[in-house]
Amino acid sequence: MKKFFRRNAPAYVFLSPWFVGFFLLALGPILASMYLSFTRYDMVGDPRWVGLDNYEYMFERDRRFWKALEVTFTYVALAVPARLAMALGVAMLLDKGLRTIGLYRAIFYLPSLLGSSIAIAILWRQLFSVDGVVNQVLAKFGIEGAAWISDPNTSLYTLVILAMWQFGSPMLIFLAGLRGIPRDLYEAAEIDGTSKRRQFFRITLPLLAPVIFFNLVLQTIEAFKTFSSAFIISNGTGAPADSLLFYTVYLFNEAFKFFRMGYASALAWVLLLIIGFFTAVTFFTSKYWVHYENERD
Amino acid sequence: MKTNVTDMTVRDKNAQIAHEIRLGQKKRARRARIYKHIFLIGMSIVMLYPLFWLFASSLKPENEIFSTLTLWPSEFNWNNYTEGWNALPKSFTVFYMNSAIVTVLSVIGNLLSCSFAAYAFARLQFNGKNLFFALMMMTLMIPYHVVLIPQYVLFLNLGWVDTYLPLVVPRFLASDAFFIFLMVQFFRQLPRELDEAAMIDGCSPYKIYWAIILPLSLPAMGTAAIFSLIWVWEDFLAPLIYLNDIKSYTVPLALRLFLDQEGQSIFGQMFAMSVLSLVPVIVFFIAFQKLIVRGIATSGMK
Repeated sequence: MKKFFRRNAPAYVFLSPWFVGFFLLALGPILASMYLSFTRYDMVGDPRWVGLDNYEYMFERDRRFWKALEVTFTYVALAVPARLAMALGVAMLLDKGLRTIGLYRAIFYLPSLLGSSIAIAILWRQLFSVDGVVNQVLAKFGIEGAAWISDPNTSLYTLVILAMWQFGSPMLIFLAGLRGIPRDLYEAAEIDGTSKRRQFFRITLPLLAPVIFFNLVLQTIEAFKTFSSAFIISNGTGAPADSLLFYTVYLFNEAFKFFRMGYASALAWVLLLIIGFFTAVTFFTSKYWVHYENERD
Repeated sequence: MKTNVTDMTVRDKNAQIAHEIRLGQKKRARRARIYKHIFLIGMSIVMLYPLFWLFASSLKPENEIFSTLTLWPSEFNWNNYTEGWNALPKSFTVFYMNSAIVTVLSVIGNLLSCSFAAYAFARLQFNGKNLFFALMMMTLMIPYHVVLIPQYVLFLNLGWVDTYLPLVVPRFLASDAFFIFLMVQFFRQLPRELDEAAMIDGCSPYKIYWAIILPLSLPAMGTAAIFSLIWVWEDFLAPLIYLNDIKSYTVPLALRLFLDQEGQSIFGQMFAMSVLSLVPVIVFFIAFQKLIVRGIATSGMK
Protein backbone atom coordinates (compact mmCIF):
# COMPACT_ATOMS: atom_id res chain seq x y z
CA MET A 1 0.00 0.00 0.00
CA LYS A 2 2.75 2.36 1.01
CA LYS A 3 4.75 1.34 -2.03
CA PHE A 4 1.75 1.93 -4.28
CA PHE A 5 1.38 5.37 -2.79
CA ARG A 6 5.02 6.30 -3.15
CA ARG A 7 5.09 5.16 -6.76
CA ASN A 8 1.92 6.92 -7.83
CA ALA A 9 1.59 9.99 -5.65
CA PRO A 10 3.36 12.53 -7.86
CA ALA A 11 1.52 11.45 -11.02
CA TYR A 12 -1.85 11.51 -9.30
CA VAL A 13 -1.12 14.95 -7.90
CA PHE A 14 -0.35 16.22 -11.39
CA LEU A 15 -3.43 14.52 -12.75
CA SER A 16 -5.77 15.70 -10.00
CA PRO A 17 -7.26 18.68 -11.87
CA TRP A 18 -7.88 16.42 -14.83
CA PHE A 19 -9.44 13.73 -12.61
CA VAL A 20 -11.88 16.23 -11.12
CA GLY A 21 -12.69 17.59 -14.56
CA PHE A 22 -13.07 14.15 -16.08
CA PHE A 23 -15.53 12.93 -13.47
CA LEU A 24 -17.43 16.17 -12.96
CA LEU A 25 -17.48 17.55 -16.48
CA ALA A 26 -17.20 14.51 -18.78
CA LEU A 27 -18.00 11.08 -17.35
CA GLY A 28 -20.54 12.31 -14.80
CA PRO A 29 -22.47 14.43 -17.31
CA ILE A 30 -22.46 11.63 -19.89
CA LEU A 31 -24.03 9.22 -17.40
CA ALA A 32 -26.36 11.91 -16.10
CA SER A 33 -27.54 12.73 -19.59
CA MET A 34 -28.21 9.05 -20.15
CA TYR A 35 -30.40 9.01 -17.05
CA LEU A 36 -32.11 12.28 -18.05
CA SER A 37 -32.82 10.85 -21.49
CA PHE A 38 -35.28 8.43 -19.83
CA THR A 39 -37.09 11.24 -18.01
CA ARG A 40 -39.23 14.26 -18.61
CA TYR A 41 -37.47 17.24 -17.08
CA ASP A 42 -38.29 20.93 -17.42
CA MET A 43 -35.85 22.22 -14.77
CA VAL A 44 -38.72 23.39 -12.58
CA GLY A 45 -39.80 20.12 -10.98
CA ASP A 46 -37.75 16.97 -10.53
CA PRO A 47 -37.02 14.68 -13.49
CA ARG A 48 -39.90 12.23 -14.00
CA TRP A 49 -39.07 8.71 -15.25
CA VAL A 50 -40.80 7.96 -18.56
CA GLY A 51 -38.84 4.95 -19.75
CA LEU A 52 -38.25 4.86 -23.48
CA ASP A 53 -40.88 7.50 -24.28
CA ASN A 54 -38.37 10.09 -25.46
CA TYR A 55 -36.70 7.67 -27.86
CA GLU A 56 -40.01 6.36 -29.10
CA TYR A 57 -41.22 9.87 -29.81
CA MET A 58 -37.92 10.75 -31.47
CA PHE A 59 -37.82 7.84 -33.88
CA GLU A 60 -41.51 7.43 -34.59
CA ARG A 61 -43.20 10.78 -34.39
CA ASP A 62 -40.69 13.62 -34.37
CA ARG A 63 -40.41 14.83 -37.93
CA ARG A 64 -38.01 17.63 -36.98
CA PHE A 65 -35.56 15.06 -35.58
CA TRP A 66 -35.42 13.32 -38.95
CA LYS A 67 -35.14 16.66 -40.70
CA ALA A 68 -32.24 17.60 -38.43
CA LEU A 69 -30.53 14.30 -39.25
CA GLU A 70 -31.06 14.87 -42.96
CA VAL A 71 -29.65 18.41 -42.83
CA THR A 72 -26.64 17.38 -40.76
CA PHE A 73 -25.80 14.30 -42.81
CA THR A 74 -26.14 16.21 -46.07
CA TYR A 75 -23.86 18.87 -44.69
CA VAL A 76 -21.25 16.37 -43.50
CA ALA A 77 -21.37 14.45 -46.78
CA LEU A 78 -20.82 17.63 -48.82
CA ALA A 79 -18.63 19.76 -46.59
CA VAL A 80 -16.05 17.19 -45.48
CA PRO A 81 -15.04 15.86 -48.93
CA ALA A 82 -15.16 19.36 -50.40
CA ARG A 83 -12.93 20.76 -47.71
CA LEU A 84 -10.47 17.86 -47.84
CA ALA A 85 -10.28 17.98 -51.65
CA MET A 86 -9.55 21.72 -51.52
CA ALA A 87 -6.98 21.17 -48.79
CA LEU A 88 -5.18 18.39 -50.65
CA GLY A 89 -5.28 20.19 -54.00
CA VAL A 90 -3.83 23.40 -52.64
CA ALA A 91 -1.28 21.56 -50.49
CA MET A 92 0.00 19.75 -53.61
CA LEU A 93 0.23 23.03 -55.50
CA LEU A 94 2.22 24.56 -52.68
CA ASP A 95 4.38 21.51 -52.11
CA LYS A 96 6.31 21.37 -55.34
CA GLY A 97 8.15 23.80 -57.56
CA LEU A 98 7.66 26.97 -55.53
CA ARG A 99 10.31 28.50 -53.39
CA THR A 100 8.25 30.90 -51.31
CA ILE A 101 5.01 29.52 -49.99
CA GLY A 102 4.88 31.22 -46.59
CA LEU A 103 2.58 34.05 -47.63
CA TYR A 104 0.14 31.82 -49.54
CA ARG A 105 0.07 29.40 -46.65
CA ALA A 106 -0.75 32.21 -44.22
CA ILE A 107 -3.49 33.64 -46.45
CA PHE A 108 -5.13 30.27 -46.99
CA TYR A 109 -4.96 29.40 -43.32
CA LEU A 110 -6.37 32.65 -41.93
CA PRO A 111 -10.05 31.79 -42.67
CA SER A 112 -9.71 28.62 -40.57
CA LEU A 113 -8.89 30.71 -37.54
CA LEU A 114 -11.65 33.24 -38.13
CA GLY A 115 -14.25 30.92 -39.57
CA SER A 116 -16.17 29.94 -36.47
CA SER A 117 -16.43 33.47 -35.11
CA ILE A 118 -19.71 35.30 -34.96
CA ALA A 119 -18.31 38.15 -37.06
CA ILE A 120 -17.78 35.79 -40.00
CA ALA A 121 -21.26 34.28 -39.63
CA ILE A 122 -22.69 37.80 -39.74
CA LEU A 123 -20.57 38.55 -42.79
CA TRP A 124 -21.74 35.35 -44.52
CA ARG A 125 -25.38 36.30 -44.05
CA GLN A 126 -24.72 39.52 -45.94
CA LEU A 127 -22.52 38.03 -48.67
CA PHE A 128 -25.30 35.64 -49.62
CA SER A 129 -28.27 37.93 -49.02
CA VAL A 130 -30.56 38.77 -51.95
CA ASP A 131 -28.68 41.98 -52.74
CA GLY A 132 -25.37 40.66 -51.41
CA VAL A 133 -21.98 40.47 -53.09
CA VAL A 134 -22.46 37.01 -54.58
CA ASN A 135 -25.56 38.03 -56.48
CA GLN A 136 -23.93 41.27 -57.60
CA VAL A 137 -21.01 39.34 -59.06
CA LEU A 138 -23.37 36.88 -60.75
CA ALA A 139 -25.36 39.79 -62.18
CA LYS A 140 -22.15 41.10 -63.80
CA PHE A 141 -22.07 37.85 -65.77
CA GLY A 142 -25.75 38.16 -66.58
CA ILE A 143 -26.77 35.38 -64.22
CA GLU A 144 -29.71 35.90 -61.94
CA GLY A 145 -28.69 34.74 -58.48
CA ALA A 146 -30.80 32.89 -55.97
CA ALA A 147 -32.02 34.12 -52.61
CA TRP A 148 -29.34 31.83 -51.12
CA ILE A 149 -29.81 32.13 -47.36
CA SER A 150 -33.54 32.78 -47.41
CA ASP A 151 -34.24 30.02 -49.94
CA PRO A 152 -34.55 26.55 -48.30
CA ASN A 153 -33.20 24.93 -51.48
CA THR A 154 -29.90 26.78 -51.41
CA SER A 155 -29.33 27.83 -47.79
CA LEU A 156 -27.36 24.73 -46.82
CA TYR A 157 -24.90 25.29 -49.67
CA THR A 158 -23.89 28.65 -48.24
CA LEU A 159 -22.70 26.78 -45.15
CA VAL A 160 -20.90 24.20 -47.28
CA ILE A 161 -19.10 27.07 -49.01
CA LEU A 162 -18.24 28.52 -45.62
CA ALA A 163 -16.77 25.14 -44.68
CA MET A 164 -14.75 25.03 -47.91
CA TRP A 165 -13.43 28.50 -47.25
CA GLN A 166 -11.86 27.11 -44.08
CA PHE A 167 -9.71 24.41 -45.64
CA GLY A 168 -6.56 25.81 -44.00
CA SER A 169 -5.84 23.42 -41.18
CA PRO A 170 -6.22 20.14 -43.11
CA MET A 171 -4.09 21.84 -45.78
CA LEU A 172 -1.29 22.40 -43.27
CA ILE A 173 -1.50 18.77 -42.15
CA PHE A 174 -1.42 17.58 -45.78
CA LEU A 175 1.60 19.81 -46.44
CA ALA A 176 3.45 18.22 -43.54
CA GLY A 177 2.47 14.78 -44.90
CA LEU A 178 3.60 15.59 -48.43
CA ARG A 179 6.96 16.75 -47.11
CA GLY A 180 7.41 13.24 -45.71
CA ILE A 181 7.17 11.53 -49.09
CA PRO A 182 10.68 10.81 -50.44
CA ARG A 183 11.44 12.88 -53.55
CA ASP A 184 13.34 10.06 -55.29
CA LEU A 185 10.10 8.11 -55.69
CA TYR A 186 8.83 10.82 -58.03
CA GLU A 187 12.19 11.08 -59.78
CA ALA A 188 12.24 7.34 -60.41
CA ALA A 189 8.67 7.50 -61.71
CA GLU A 190 9.63 10.45 -63.95
CA ILE A 191 12.49 8.45 -65.48
CA ASP A 192 10.16 5.53 -66.10
CA GLY A 193 7.89 7.93 -67.93
CA THR A 194 5.00 7.59 -65.50
CA SER A 195 2.29 10.18 -66.09
CA LYS A 196 1.55 12.79 -63.43
CA ARG A 197 -1.90 11.30 -62.95
CA ARG A 198 -0.48 7.87 -62.32
CA GLN A 199 2.12 9.30 -59.96
CA PHE A 200 -0.71 10.84 -57.96
CA PHE A 201 -2.66 7.60 -57.69
CA ARG A 202 0.32 5.28 -57.26
CA ILE A 203 2.64 7.34 -55.06
CA THR A 204 1.00 10.35 -53.48
CA LEU A 205 -2.34 8.87 -52.46
CA PRO A 206 -1.09 5.59 -50.96
CA LEU A 207 1.73 7.23 -49.02
CA LEU A 208 -0.57 9.97 -47.83
CA ALA A 209 -3.29 7.54 -46.71
CA PRO A 210 -2.52 7.82 -42.97
CA VAL A 211 -2.71 11.60 -43.16
CA ILE A 212 -5.92 11.48 -45.19
CA PHE A 213 -7.38 9.11 -42.63
CA PHE A 214 -6.41 11.39 -39.78
CA ASN A 215 -7.90 14.44 -41.48
CA LEU A 216 -11.06 12.55 -42.39
CA VAL A 217 -11.77 11.49 -38.80
CA LEU A 218 -11.02 14.93 -37.43
CA GLN A 219 -13.04 16.83 -40.00
CA THR A 220 -16.05 14.51 -39.81
CA ILE A 221 -16.30 14.93 -36.05
CA GLU A 222 -15.80 18.65 -36.51
CA ALA A 223 -18.56 18.85 -39.11
CA PHE A 224 -21.07 17.02 -36.90
CA LYS A 225 -20.36 19.57 -34.18
CA THR A 226 -20.99 22.66 -36.35
CA PHE A 227 -23.06 25.10 -34.35
CA SER A 228 -22.30 28.83 -34.17
CA SER A 229 -22.39 29.63 -37.87
CA ALA A 230 -25.57 27.60 -38.44
CA PHE A 231 -27.15 29.19 -35.38
CA ILE A 232 -26.37 32.76 -36.46
CA ILE A 233 -27.15 32.30 -40.15
CA SER A 234 -30.49 30.63 -39.39
CA ASN A 235 -31.49 33.22 -36.78
CA GLY A 236 -31.16 30.60 -34.08
CA THR A 237 -34.08 28.55 -35.34
CA GLY A 238 -32.93 26.47 -38.31
CA ALA A 239 -34.93 28.67 -40.70
CA PRO A 240 -35.82 28.89 -43.58
CA ALA A 241 -38.23 25.94 -43.52
CA ASP A 242 -35.86 24.01 -41.23
CA SER A 243 -33.32 23.81 -44.05
CA LEU A 244 -30.57 24.86 -41.62
CA LEU A 245 -31.85 22.79 -38.73
CA PHE A 246 -28.48 21.35 -37.78
CA TYR A 247 -28.68 18.64 -35.16
CA THR A 248 -26.83 20.82 -32.66
CA VAL A 249 -29.17 23.74 -33.30
CA TYR A 250 -32.21 21.53 -32.78
CA LEU A 251 -30.74 20.12 -29.57
CA PHE A 252 -29.94 23.59 -28.28
CA ASN A 253 -33.46 24.84 -28.91
CA GLU A 254 -35.12 21.82 -27.33
CA ALA A 255 -32.95 22.29 -24.24
CA PHE A 256 -32.62 26.02 -23.75
CA LYS A 257 -35.60 27.47 -25.55
CA PHE A 258 -38.31 24.94 -24.70
CA PHE A 259 -36.60 23.48 -21.62
CA ARG A 260 -37.32 19.90 -22.67
CA MET A 261 -34.13 18.76 -20.96
CA GLY A 262 -35.07 15.08 -20.91
CA TYR A 263 -35.78 14.98 -24.61
CA ALA A 264 -32.71 17.05 -25.41
CA SER A 265 -30.60 14.58 -23.42
CA ALA A 266 -31.96 11.76 -25.56
CA LEU A 267 -30.99 13.79 -28.63
CA ALA A 268 -27.53 14.28 -27.14
CA TRP A 269 -27.08 10.56 -26.63
CA VAL A 270 -28.10 9.77 -30.18
CA LEU A 271 -25.56 12.35 -31.39
CA LEU A 272 -22.86 10.70 -29.29
CA LEU A 273 -23.72 7.30 -30.74
CA ILE A 274 -23.68 8.66 -34.29
CA ILE A 275 -20.26 10.24 -33.88
CA GLY A 276 -18.96 7.17 -32.07
CA PHE A 277 -20.27 4.98 -34.88
CA PHE A 278 -18.62 7.04 -37.60
CA THR A 279 -15.31 7.18 -35.80
CA ALA A 280 -15.40 3.43 -35.19
CA VAL A 281 -16.26 2.67 -38.82
CA THR A 282 -13.43 4.85 -40.08
CA PHE A 283 -11.03 3.17 -37.68
CA PHE A 284 -12.08 -0.38 -38.52
CA THR A 285 -12.08 0.12 -42.28
CA SER A 286 -8.79 1.98 -42.14
CA LYS A 287 -6.76 -1.23 -42.16
CA TYR A 288 -7.98 -1.88 -45.69
CA TRP A 289 -6.82 1.38 -47.15
CA VAL A 290 -4.29 2.86 -44.75
CA HIS A 291 -0.84 1.34 -44.74
CA TYR A 292 1.74 2.81 -42.45
CA GLU A 293 5.21 3.01 -43.86
CA ASN A 294 6.98 1.57 -40.85
CA GLU A 295 4.42 -1.15 -40.31
CA ARG A 296 6.96 -3.93 -40.60
CA ASP A 297 9.29 -2.58 -37.94
CA MET B 1 38.35 1.95 -84.84
CA LYS B 2 35.36 2.46 -87.00
CA THR B 3 32.92 1.51 -84.30
CA ASN B 4 34.62 3.96 -82.03
CA VAL B 5 33.92 6.89 -84.33
CA THR B 6 30.23 6.10 -84.62
CA ASP B 7 30.24 5.70 -80.89
CA MET B 8 31.58 9.21 -80.51
CA THR B 9 29.01 10.77 -82.80
CA VAL B 10 26.23 8.84 -81.17
CA ARG B 11 27.41 10.00 -77.77
CA ASP B 12 27.64 13.61 -78.99
CA LYS B 13 24.18 13.43 -80.37
CA ASN B 14 22.84 11.92 -77.16
CA ALA B 15 24.51 14.61 -75.13
CA GLN B 16 22.98 17.26 -77.33
CA ILE B 17 19.53 15.70 -77.07
CA ALA B 18 19.88 15.44 -73.31
CA HIS B 19 20.94 19.08 -73.19
CA GLU B 20 17.93 20.14 -75.24
CA ILE B 21 15.60 18.09 -73.07
CA ARG B 22 17.03 19.68 -69.98
CA LEU B 23 16.64 23.17 -71.45
CA GLY B 24 13.06 22.35 -72.37
CA GLN B 25 12.37 21.03 -68.93
CA LYS B 26 13.74 24.16 -67.34
CA LYS B 27 11.63 26.35 -69.60
CA ARG B 28 8.56 24.28 -68.94
CA ALA B 29 9.20 24.30 -65.21
CA ARG B 30 9.51 28.07 -65.23
CA ARG B 31 6.31 28.47 -67.21
CA ALA B 32 4.52 26.05 -64.86
CA ARG B 33 5.75 28.08 -61.92
CA ILE B 34 4.39 31.30 -63.39
CA TYR B 35 0.99 29.73 -64.04
CA LYS B 36 1.02 28.41 -60.50
CA HIS B 37 1.72 31.83 -59.07
CA ILE B 38 -1.02 33.40 -61.17
CA PHE B 39 -3.47 30.78 -59.98
CA LEU B 40 -2.45 31.09 -56.35
CA ILE B 41 -2.61 34.89 -56.42
CA GLY B 42 -6.09 34.72 -57.92
CA MET B 43 -7.11 32.27 -55.26
CA SER B 44 -5.65 34.43 -52.50
CA ILE B 45 -7.78 37.33 -53.72
CA VAL B 46 -10.92 35.18 -53.67
CA MET B 47 -10.06 33.89 -50.19
CA LEU B 48 -9.42 37.34 -48.77
CA TYR B 49 -12.20 39.15 -50.63
CA PRO B 50 -14.88 38.51 -47.96
CA LEU B 51 -12.60 40.03 -45.31
CA PHE B 52 -11.78 43.05 -47.50
CA TRP B 53 -15.47 43.46 -48.20
CA LEU B 54 -16.27 43.40 -44.50
CA PHE B 55 -13.66 46.05 -43.79
CA ALA B 56 -14.68 48.23 -46.73
CA SER B 57 -18.36 47.99 -45.80
CA SER B 58 -17.59 49.05 -42.27
CA LEU B 59 -16.38 52.37 -43.67
CA LYS B 60 -19.04 52.95 -46.30
CA PRO B 61 -22.14 55.11 -45.98
CA GLU B 62 -25.18 52.90 -45.44
CA ASN B 63 -26.59 53.28 -48.98
CA GLU B 64 -23.36 52.20 -50.62
CA ILE B 65 -22.88 48.84 -48.91
CA PHE B 66 -25.17 46.76 -51.07
CA SER B 67 -25.26 48.90 -54.20
CA THR B 68 -21.70 48.69 -55.49
CA LEU B 69 -18.97 46.10 -55.78
CA THR B 70 -16.26 48.72 -55.51
CA LEU B 71 -14.38 48.23 -52.30
CA TRP B 72 -13.20 51.83 -52.05
CA PRO B 73 -15.79 53.89 -50.13
CA SER B 74 -16.81 57.23 -51.66
CA GLU B 75 -16.21 58.76 -48.26
CA PHE B 76 -14.64 57.24 -45.19
CA ASN B 77 -17.29 56.88 -42.54
CA TRP B 78 -15.21 56.34 -39.44
CA ASN B 79 -18.17 57.22 -37.23
CA ASN B 80 -19.47 53.71 -37.88
CA TYR B 81 -16.79 52.73 -35.41
CA THR B 82 -17.47 55.40 -32.82
CA GLU B 83 -21.24 55.07 -33.07
CA GLY B 84 -21.14 51.27 -33.26
CA TRP B 85 -19.07 51.20 -30.09
CA ASN B 86 -22.01 52.74 -28.23
CA ALA B 87 -24.91 51.43 -30.32
CA LEU B 88 -25.97 48.74 -27.86
CA PRO B 89 -27.46 49.19 -24.36
CA LYS B 90 -23.96 48.79 -22.95
CA SER B 91 -20.83 50.13 -24.58
CA PHE B 92 -18.33 47.80 -26.18
CA THR B 93 -15.82 48.83 -23.55
CA VAL B 94 -17.81 46.62 -21.18
CA PHE B 95 -17.96 43.71 -23.64
CA TYR B 96 -14.24 43.85 -24.37
CA MET B 97 -13.44 43.94 -20.68
CA ASN B 98 -15.66 40.90 -20.11
CA SER B 99 -14.10 38.99 -23.00
CA ALA B 100 -10.63 39.91 -21.79
CA ILE B 101 -11.33 38.65 -18.26
CA VAL B 102 -12.75 35.35 -19.49
CA THR B 103 -10.00 34.86 -22.04
CA VAL B 104 -7.04 35.62 -19.79
CA LEU B 105 -8.32 33.42 -16.96
CA SER B 106 -9.16 30.61 -19.36
CA VAL B 107 -5.75 30.65 -21.02
CA ILE B 108 -4.01 30.52 -17.65
CA GLY B 109 -6.26 27.65 -16.59
CA ASN B 110 -5.67 25.71 -19.78
CA LEU B 111 -1.89 26.09 -19.62
CA LEU B 112 -1.59 25.08 -15.99
CA SER B 113 -4.00 22.17 -15.78
CA CYS B 114 -3.21 20.70 -19.21
CA SER B 115 0.55 20.87 -18.72
CA PHE B 116 0.15 19.12 -15.34
CA ALA B 117 -1.78 16.28 -16.91
CA ALA B 118 0.48 16.13 -19.95
CA TYR B 119 3.57 15.91 -17.75
CA ALA B 120 2.12 12.94 -15.87
CA PHE B 121 1.15 11.17 -19.09
CA ALA B 122 4.41 11.88 -20.90
CA ARG B 123 7.05 11.48 -18.20
CA LEU B 124 5.79 9.61 -15.13
CA GLN B 125 5.05 5.96 -14.49
CA PHE B 126 1.88 5.13 -12.58
CA ASN B 127 -0.87 2.57 -12.22
CA GLY B 128 -3.71 3.00 -14.68
CA LYS B 129 -1.69 5.17 -17.06
CA ASN B 130 -2.88 3.51 -20.26
CA LEU B 131 -6.49 3.46 -19.14
CA PHE B 132 -6.50 7.12 -18.17
CA PHE B 133 -4.73 8.09 -21.36
CA ALA B 134 -7.31 6.24 -23.44
CA LEU B 135 -10.13 7.91 -21.49
CA MET B 136 -8.53 11.30 -22.04
CA MET B 137 -8.26 10.67 -25.78
CA MET B 138 -11.90 9.59 -25.86
CA THR B 139 -13.04 12.88 -24.38
CA LEU B 140 -11.55 14.52 -27.48
CA MET B 141 -14.34 12.96 -29.49
CA ILE B 142 -17.25 13.89 -27.23
CA PRO B 143 -19.25 16.80 -28.57
CA TYR B 144 -19.81 19.59 -26.10
CA HIS B 145 -23.54 19.27 -26.74
CA VAL B 146 -23.60 15.86 -25.06
CA VAL B 147 -22.36 17.10 -21.68
CA LEU B 148 -24.02 20.47 -21.95
CA ILE B 149 -27.31 19.78 -20.17
CA PRO B 150 -25.97 18.01 -17.05
CA GLN B 151 -23.20 20.61 -16.81
CA TYR B 152 -25.82 23.33 -16.97
CA VAL B 153 -27.88 21.65 -14.23
CA LEU B 154 -24.74 21.31 -12.11
CA PHE B 155 -23.70 24.95 -12.51
CA LEU B 156 -27.26 26.13 -11.97
CA ASN B 157 -27.40 24.28 -8.66
CA LEU B 158 -24.07 25.76 -7.65
CA GLY B 159 -25.53 29.20 -8.34
CA TRP B 160 -22.93 29.87 -11.03
CA VAL B 161 -25.23 30.85 -13.88
CA ASP B 162 -24.71 34.50 -14.87
CA THR B 163 -21.17 34.43 -13.57
CA TYR B 164 -17.95 33.64 -15.43
CA LEU B 165 -17.29 30.57 -13.32
CA PRO B 166 -18.89 28.05 -15.73
CA LEU B 167 -16.68 29.45 -18.50
CA VAL B 168 -13.44 29.62 -16.53
CA VAL B 169 -13.44 26.84 -13.93
CA PRO B 170 -13.63 23.94 -16.43
CA ARG B 171 -10.45 25.28 -18.01
CA PHE B 172 -8.66 24.91 -14.69
CA LEU B 173 -9.79 21.27 -14.69
CA ALA B 174 -8.06 20.36 -17.96
CA SER B 175 -11.41 19.98 -19.72
CA ASP B 176 -9.89 20.72 -23.12
CA ALA B 177 -8.11 17.44 -23.80
CA PHE B 178 -6.73 18.84 -27.02
CA PHE B 179 -4.10 20.82 -25.22
CA ILE B 180 -3.14 17.81 -23.10
CA PHE B 181 -2.59 15.86 -26.29
CA LEU B 182 -0.57 18.66 -27.86
CA MET B 183 1.69 18.96 -24.83
CA VAL B 184 2.11 15.20 -24.41
CA GLN B 185 3.39 15.07 -27.99
CA PHE B 186 5.91 17.78 -27.20
CA PHE B 187 7.04 16.54 -23.77
CA ARG B 188 7.73 13.09 -25.18
CA GLN B 189 10.33 14.51 -27.54
CA LEU B 190 12.45 15.98 -24.75
CA PRO B 191 15.44 13.79 -23.90
CA ARG B 192 14.77 11.40 -21.01
CA GLU B 193 18.32 11.78 -19.75
CA LEU B 194 17.40 15.18 -18.35
CA ASP B 195 14.84 13.69 -15.98
CA GLU B 196 17.11 10.83 -15.04
CA ALA B 197 20.05 13.10 -14.28
CA ALA B 198 17.85 15.39 -12.23
CA MET B 199 16.38 12.41 -10.42
CA ILE B 200 19.85 11.19 -9.48
CA ASP B 201 20.64 14.68 -8.19
CA GLY B 202 17.65 14.28 -5.91
CA CYS B 203 15.10 16.39 -7.78
CA SER B 204 11.46 15.58 -7.09
CA PRO B 205 9.04 15.14 -10.02
CA TYR B 206 7.51 18.50 -9.08
CA LYS B 207 10.86 20.20 -9.36
CA ILE B 208 11.58 18.45 -12.67
CA TYR B 209 8.29 19.70 -14.07
CA TRP B 210 8.89 23.23 -12.93
CA ALA B 211 12.64 23.60 -13.52
CA ILE B 212 13.25 21.38 -16.56
CA ILE B 213 10.17 20.43 -18.55
CA LEU B 214 8.33 23.75 -18.43
CA PRO B 215 11.26 25.98 -19.42
CA LEU B 216 12.10 23.64 -22.32
CA SER B 217 8.50 23.60 -23.52
CA LEU B 218 7.96 27.27 -24.15
CA PRO B 219 7.18 26.73 -27.88
CA ALA B 220 4.47 24.17 -27.04
CA MET B 221 3.13 26.40 -24.30
CA GLY B 222 3.09 29.30 -26.73
CA THR B 223 1.18 27.31 -29.32
CA ALA B 224 -1.35 26.15 -26.75
CA ALA B 225 -1.70 29.66 -25.36
CA ILE B 226 -2.40 31.18 -28.77
CA PHE B 227 -4.92 28.56 -29.77
CA SER B 228 -6.74 28.64 -26.50
CA LEU B 229 -6.75 32.43 -26.60
CA ILE B 230 -8.30 32.50 -30.07
CA TRP B 231 -10.84 29.77 -29.33
CA VAL B 232 -11.97 31.27 -26.05
CA TRP B 233 -12.18 34.69 -27.64
CA GLU B 234 -14.47 33.33 -30.37
CA ASP B 235 -16.42 31.00 -28.08
CA PHE B 236 -20.14 31.49 -28.51
CA LEU B 237 -22.11 28.51 -27.22
CA ALA B 238 -21.01 28.51 -23.57
CA PRO B 239 -21.45 32.28 -23.07
CA LEU B 240 -24.80 32.03 -24.86
CA ILE B 241 -26.01 29.54 -22.29
CA TYR B 242 -24.48 30.89 -19.11
CA LEU B 243 -24.60 34.67 -19.52
CA ASN B 244 -28.07 36.22 -19.47
CA ASP B 245 -27.33 39.70 -18.21
CA ILE B 246 -26.20 42.10 -20.91
CA LYS B 247 -23.72 43.61 -18.44
CA SER B 248 -21.74 40.37 -18.48
CA TYR B 249 -21.93 39.70 -22.26
CA THR B 250 -18.76 38.83 -24.13
CA VAL B 251 -18.01 40.35 -27.54
CA PRO B 252 -19.56 37.52 -29.66
CA LEU B 253 -22.83 37.73 -27.70
CA ALA B 254 -22.86 41.49 -28.14
CA LEU B 255 -22.36 41.15 -31.90
CA ARG B 256 -25.38 38.94 -32.04
CA LEU B 257 -27.50 41.75 -30.57
CA PHE B 258 -26.93 43.70 -33.79
CA LEU B 259 -28.79 41.02 -35.69
CA ASP B 260 -31.98 41.71 -33.75
CA GLN B 261 -31.88 45.27 -35.05
CA GLU B 262 -30.94 44.44 -38.62
CA GLY B 263 -33.97 46.24 -40.05
CA GLN B 264 -32.89 49.56 -38.64
CA SER B 265 -30.07 50.06 -41.14
CA ILE B 266 -27.12 49.82 -38.84
CA PHE B 267 -25.17 47.51 -41.12
CA GLY B 268 -22.18 49.83 -41.16
CA GLN B 269 -21.92 49.80 -37.38
CA MET B 270 -22.47 46.06 -37.19
CA PHE B 271 -19.66 45.50 -39.70
CA ALA B 272 -17.40 47.94 -37.88
CA MET B 273 -17.79 46.07 -34.60
CA SER B 274 -17.36 42.74 -36.42
CA VAL B 275 -14.06 43.96 -37.85
CA LEU B 276 -12.90 45.03 -34.40
CA SER B 277 -13.77 41.64 -32.94
CA LEU B 278 -11.51 39.97 -35.52
CA VAL B 279 -8.57 42.32 -34.99
CA PRO B 280 -7.09 40.55 -31.93
CA VAL B 281 -7.20 37.20 -33.73
CA ILE B 282 -5.57 38.58 -36.87
CA VAL B 283 -2.90 40.40 -34.88
CA PHE B 284 -2.05 37.25 -32.95
CA PHE B 285 -2.01 35.24 -36.13
CA ILE B 286 0.43 37.58 -37.83
CA ALA B 287 2.63 37.83 -34.75
CA PHE B 288 2.75 34.11 -33.97
CA GLN B 289 2.26 32.56 -37.39
CA LYS B 290 5.24 30.25 -37.07
CA LEU B 291 4.09 28.78 -33.76
CA ILE B 292 0.56 28.28 -35.06
CA VAL B 293 1.63 26.56 -38.27
CA ARG B 294 4.07 24.29 -36.48
CA GLY B 295 1.51 23.48 -33.82
CA ILE B 296 -0.99 22.28 -36.38
CA ALA B 297 1.48 20.35 -38.45
CA THR B 298 2.68 18.37 -35.46
CA SER B 299 -0.55 17.79 -33.62
CA GLY B 300 -3.22 18.10 -36.28
CA MET B 301 -5.62 20.53 -34.74
CA LYS B 302 -8.80 21.88 -36.25
